[in-house]
Amino acid sequence: MNAFAITGEILVLIGTFFYMLSALGLIRMPDVYNRMQTSTKSATLGSLGVMIGVGIWALGTDFGSVAWFTKTLVIAIFLLLTNPISAHALIRAAYRNGIPLWEGSVVDRYREHMEAKKEEGDEE
Amino acid sequence: MGEASKVSRYLYTVIVLFLIWLFLTASLDPQEMLVGLLLALIVGAFTYEIFTTNGLANLSPRRIVYAIAYVPYFLWAMIMANLDVAYRVLHPKRPINPGIVECRTVLKSDVGKLALANSITLTPGTITLDVDGDRYFIHWIDVKDASVEGASRNITAPFEKFLKVIFG
Repeated sequence: MNAFAITGEILVLIGTFFYMLSALGLIRMPDVYNRMQTSTKSATLGSLGVMIGVGIWALGTDFGSVAWFTKTLVIAIFLLLTNPISAHALIRAAYRNGIPLWEGSVVDRYREHMEAKKEEGDEE
Repeated sequence: MGEASKVSRYLYTVIVLFLIWLFLTASLDPQEMLVGLLLALIVGAFTYEIFTTNGLANLSPRRIVYAIAYVPYFLWAMIMANLDVAYRVLHPKRPINPGIVECRTVLKSDVGKLALANSITLTPGTITLDVDGDRYFIHWIDVKDASVEGASRNITAPFEKFLKVIFG
């Protein structure tokens, strides 16, 4: 047991906690848009914590080497770059398919924008 | 911003690919590095046209310094975002006030817009719904200011000062 292993274990623990929050958010939130909010953010940070944690953990063990850390770093950066794009694609597809916002929503600028665009298209 | 020359774009692609190879193999054995360099040259020849438009200009010291400074700033914003989400999920009254707001951006390049959209998605209470020119449509979980200027000041402005330098 040394400093690397302890840091890694703590990071993995934090990561799994955020995984749990992400799953809980799916149950607690009222509509698809708010569910995307909670699940995307928590799942991304949870994955980052677990992966970097495993990399650092391996630095402190007998079998481990720096190879684990660099690989987990590449995977973490890849996830960090691709996760928000998939979230964006999903939420945009949901809106385009006409899934309504929660009744408590206060403002919808996107609908105004789409309607303005449609009117412009009709005039042409 | 005009396009850089083909050689510069090709070299930039090869450098990025070779760096990824180095991280994935995690070994400085000359044989492995040679194979990696060969593969990077071949893959770069096929993909440099879609990979970059600025070429080696991306590696100017000013941009690299800002990119490195952006990493802790962004990670801090992301941790704050998750604590915010934790608060909203665990609070018994579920304090959300969602809506879709519009923002304007000053960024010009497509990569910069992509980076801004990704940053918005991962930071407190916002997720990018659509981008149209310089207008961002953002689903905000707790709408504080529904006007265009107010939303821009709250959501996009903190990142733009970094991303404007990094991507132009």
